[in-house]
Amino acid sequence: MEQMRKERIDRGLKVRTEGLYAISSYREILYLMGPRLLLIVGVLALPFIFELAPYWKRVINIMFVYALLALSFDFLANYVGLVCLGGAFLTGVGGYFSAIYNVYLSFPTYLAIPCATITGAAFCTLCLIPCLPLRGVYFAIVTLMYPLLFTRIIEALNILGGTNGITGVDGFTNQHVEHYVIILVVIGFLFGMRRFVNQDIGLVLRGVKDNDQSVRASGIDVTRMKVLAVFIASLIGCFGGAYMAHLYMWAGISLFALDFSIIPIASVVIGGGGTLVGAVIGSFILVPLSEVLRAFGTFRIVIYCIILTGFIVFKSEGLMIYMQRKYHQFERWVKV
Amino acid sequence: MSGEPILSVKGVSKAFGGLKALIDVSFDVQRGEVFGIIGPNGSGKTTIINCITGFIRTQAGQVYFKGKEITGWKPHKIADAGIARTFQIMRPYYSLPAYKNLIIPLWSPRARKTGGWRGGGKHGDRDTVAVDILEEIGFERDSRVPYKLSSTLPTGYQKRLELARCMALRPEIIFCDEVFSGLSMSEIAGMLPLIEKMRDEGITLIMVEHRLRELFRVATRVMALNFGEKITEGEPSLVIEDKRVREAYLGAEGV
Repeated sequence: MEQMRKERIDRGLKVRTEGLYAISSYREILYLMGPRLLLIVGVLALPFIFELAPYWKRVINIMFVYALLALSFDFLANYVGLVCLGGAFLTGVGGYFSAIYNVYLSFPTYLAIPCATITGAAFCTLCLIPCLPLRGVYFAIVTLMYPLLFTRIIEALNILGGTNGITGVDGFTNQHVEHYVIILVVIGFLFGMRRFVNQDIGLVLRGVKDNDQSVRASGIDVTRMKVLAVFIASLIGCFGGAYMAHLYMWAGISLFALDFSIIPIASVVIGGGGTLVGAVIGSFILVPLSEVLRAFGTFRIVIYCIILTGFIVFKSEGLMIYMQRKYHQFERWVKV
Repeated sequence: MSGEPILSVKGVSKAFGGLKALIDVSFDVQRGEVFGIIGPNGSGKTTIINCITGFIRTQAGQVYFKGKEITGWKPHKIADAGIARTFQIMRPYYSLPAYKNLIIPLWSPRARKTGGWRGGGKHGDRDTVAVDILEEIGFERDSRVPYKLSSTLPTGYQKRLELARCMALRPEIIFCDEVFSGLSMSEIAGMLPLIEKMRDEGITLIMVEHRLRELFRVATRVMALNFGEKITEGEPSLVIEDKRVREAYLGAEGV
């Protein structure tokens, strides 16, 4: 029997290495710009598409928060080699900080969010510094533990509103602002991070993932690089948390919910790790899916698990890597 | 022997649990030397490199670099001071193309201080400098090799990449941990001139080697270790004639 195999050929645009293209016509420009424009325009149009479905407009906002968390996880896990199981830690800290600024110190919303993002990220980074010089699973364990720890502290000491949370947080001016704040920030972080990881400093972080000993031998303080990476990832996550606090006009211990840790990881699995865009697209699929499945009650967890398992078994590379390959390469069957 | 040694190791000892990996090892290296460290498997060759470059902590003894004590410094600080090292087990940055591997040392504080990476352009272009260094070290600039993912490179090129990573730091001392091991004769023949070139550029080389014939072609002085102890030190031709060195390599009965 004749054996056939699939041959893959790069399209002629790519020059020598990743990220360098030789463009000679509008068609080729469109070929490169197309998917990016599609994403940007699609994302910007979402609130209009769901204009008549107020419930789904709420889902869109949450979906973008998860997209931010997934982006932050993907960056840390696949570009720095730190597995962060604490998305909830970031959202919780960001949310509470913003609420504190807004309610206790009466900062206006649009000042409270950026302040909470930066101070929250600094706070998260400080909490995580002790486990950064270590290699191995310690970082993952500690990040998983922190949200639980802070929930208990808030409950036990009855500080920051205790189990009731901080109420009376200012909301956004109107619905459009509500949508576009988060949409623009997601687009900004997505393209910003894509650029960042290919900058020289981003390459150093990727070096830390591949071989930290060698980075050390190159005269670079690995711990400092990890601190920087954790700070950037925390910025992304804390913004999500701060945004949610103002979206719900409330900051409570549910901001430390385990969902914020797990769904982003699942999104990265589905979307394709290491692509950044995949993380965002993964959460665009998972979050609405879990809303649709709400109709099935608790049975939705089963469906959810089946879908995740299916992806891990059959398409473990993730959607985005698969689609990029289809887009950038010709395939044909040739004889072995 | 002239003046102060560039590197001076005094009575370094290290034990892993009950196993004494290094026992009171001392030696001096002069500027511009090619200093060989030989010894059978498990004699502590790599451990002494790890101790000097700060990757493992010494339990006793001091290390002086240009008269300054560097014992117990963090690895990145030692590299920053001008001591580079290769690793015996090469692990390039797999997810990056070969030339992007050099961006990491070129980005380091040392490379920025020495200004070595400033090539063309107003802000300097690390990519250009990286490809230049790779060309020096034997990657053909116009071939596809420097642009390939470093995980797909053959062993010979990966070893060269390790050396290139050290060169990018513009160090004063390079520790070469078995750069010849696992290479074919023709690949070694290609590496030797690189070593000689580095020596001629005034870089002090300290080479741990199993391939004695190749080592003795370039080394000016050799130290022999066995079971963590220094047996002898001196001219390569004298060291290899030493009875204790022969015993260490061949076993006491073999001689």
